[in-house]
Amino acid sequence: MTSLFYIEHANGKVSDQSLKAITAASQIEGDVHGLIVGSNIDEAVAEASKINGLSKLLHLDDAAFDNVLAEKLTQVIFNIAGDYDYFLAAATTTGKNVMPRLAAKLDVSQISEIVAVEGADTFIRTIYAGNAIATVQTSDAKKVLTVRPTAFKAATTDSAECEVAKINAENIPSISEFVGEELTKSDRPELTSAKTIISGGRGMQNGENFELLDKVAEKLGAAVGASRAAVDAGFVPNDYQVGQTGKVVAPELYIAVGISGAIQHLAGMKDSKIIVAINKDEEAPIFDVADYGLVADLFQVLPELEQAL
Amino acid sequence: MKILVPVKRVIDPYVNIRVKSDQTGVETENVKMSMNPFCEIAVEEAIRLKEAGKAEEIIAVSIGNQSCQETIRTALAMGADRGIHVLTEEKVEPISIAKILAKICESESPGLVISGKQAIDGDNNQTGQMLAALTDMPQGTFASKVEIDGDKVKVTREIDGGLQTVNLNMPAIITTDLRLNEPRYASLPNIMKAKKKPIDQKSPEDYGVDVTPRVSILKVIEPPKRQAGIKVENVGDLVEKLKNEAGVI
Repeated sequence: MTSLFYIEHANGKVSDQSLKAITAASQIEGDVHGLIVGSNIDEAVAEASKINGLSKLLHLDDAAFDNVLAEKLTQVIFNIAGDYDYFLAAATTTGKNVMPRLAAKLDVSQISEIVAVEGADTFIRTIYAGNAIATVQTSDAKKVLTVRPTAFKAATTDSAECEVAKINAENIPSISEFVGEELTKSDRPELTSAKTIISGGRGMQNGENFELLDKVAEKLGAAVGASRAAVDAGFVPNDYQVGQTGKVVAPELYIAVGISGAIQHLAGMKDSKIIVAINKDEEAPIFDVADYGLVADLFQVLPELEQAL
Repeated sequence: MKILVPVKRVIDPYVNIRVKSDQTGVETENVKMSMNPFCEIAVEEAIRLKEAGKAEEIIAVSIGNQSCQETIRTALAMGADRGIHVLTEEKVEPISIAKILAKICESESPGLVISGKQAIDGDNNQTGQMLAALTDMPQGTFASKVEIDGDKVKVTREIDGGLQTVNLNMPAIITTDLRLNEPRYASLPNIMKAKKKPIDQKSPEDYGVDVTPRVSILKVIEPPKRQAGIKVENVGDLVEKLKNEAGVI
């Protein structure tokens, strides 16, 4: 059995999400090979080659893959699919975009966002916004999986360098083109890898008030997130969203401010180690999952909290 | 141009989910059902493109039991022109849904397929991408903006770090994210009118697709419950607890 894991990278580093998700691949019997794509990425390739548990790294050194398009990357993996039994990637927006396309080309089902590996063909995943946990077994010979990173511990990158083999891109379709990217600029840590997160909900009332969260986040070295309600109301961009339809996070400390605690939101954060809820409505369901609850007006509490830290 | 919009019937997003005591799944008997919210966004986007003169006809497709007709009627009441109902009692997996949709694409030749990015029951997030693969079409997943320009469609996508824009040759597949639009409510006259709009009934066999599941569900359980903790009086208490009791700051 051999698994192929798609490794994401940015700014010369292997993504934290990939390091966590590759641990799931290591739990499957057999070798794990990595695939990394892009040109001028020596640093990321060097780091990836030292990921614990990886026995071979394939590098597609091609500027056409500096920005990943699903149509093209799927073909690259499909070209070498005969050599592999398992295909895995982190359940990031890239993994979610590419892996189902690959599964269909291989004529297999995909198992999305697994949270545990139970056996060679059996995996655990959440359904209904985390309100139910399903153990599923696939009868497909080739298995395509995406992995929820928060469910696995990051692999270390301190083993001896594994073999790095260059591969080529062939039969790449040109039905889509990359136009541009507008990445949210922030000095804050990334939501999915932050140790501390402070999130705002509809109670923040508007986008400007998120500055109050920024100030506390600055003191804590925290990332800033938001509930779907805050995103729907246009307070902040979608990449802030924590929940069923946004990002799933599991930091050491999650502070929910002005968030009522709809199940869709809880789906994205209830595995956090410590949860703090600040809300003036003492009946808010968020208090049912919070380790520490503070019933108070957030507009008073946030400046006080900033001072106290 | 035709736009094909697949719509899924799911447990209403505001219903509390109950796991069956025999661990075979989730209780769906006597539970309020609705159109998957991302599918509503897909229907709305198709209607807006039609209103803008970019499309002539919107076809809503649903695959599932007899009740899926209601979901198609909802799409028709919002503004879709006709429906296709693929009747089956089987729990159809995304790969089989995609195969049926691919066959429908063959006969209808839509310029765009707009679907939801995920259904809120299975949380799979697969069907659009799979359909794109089977039809060799490009895919604009997690769309927050859709602009048709000649035979190309420019799609702004919600990605983990922000936004990405791609240009796709048409025909293309688009899957919707939350901010793409706010779906309209169907008006009473439109609900009445929708009753007269045609729904074509088909079966998976009509399309030559075997919908036997490949993934079996061994067990479905409730997630571990998190216990509510304590209430603190003020910010000072909170900071003290986080420092000394929890040790997280």
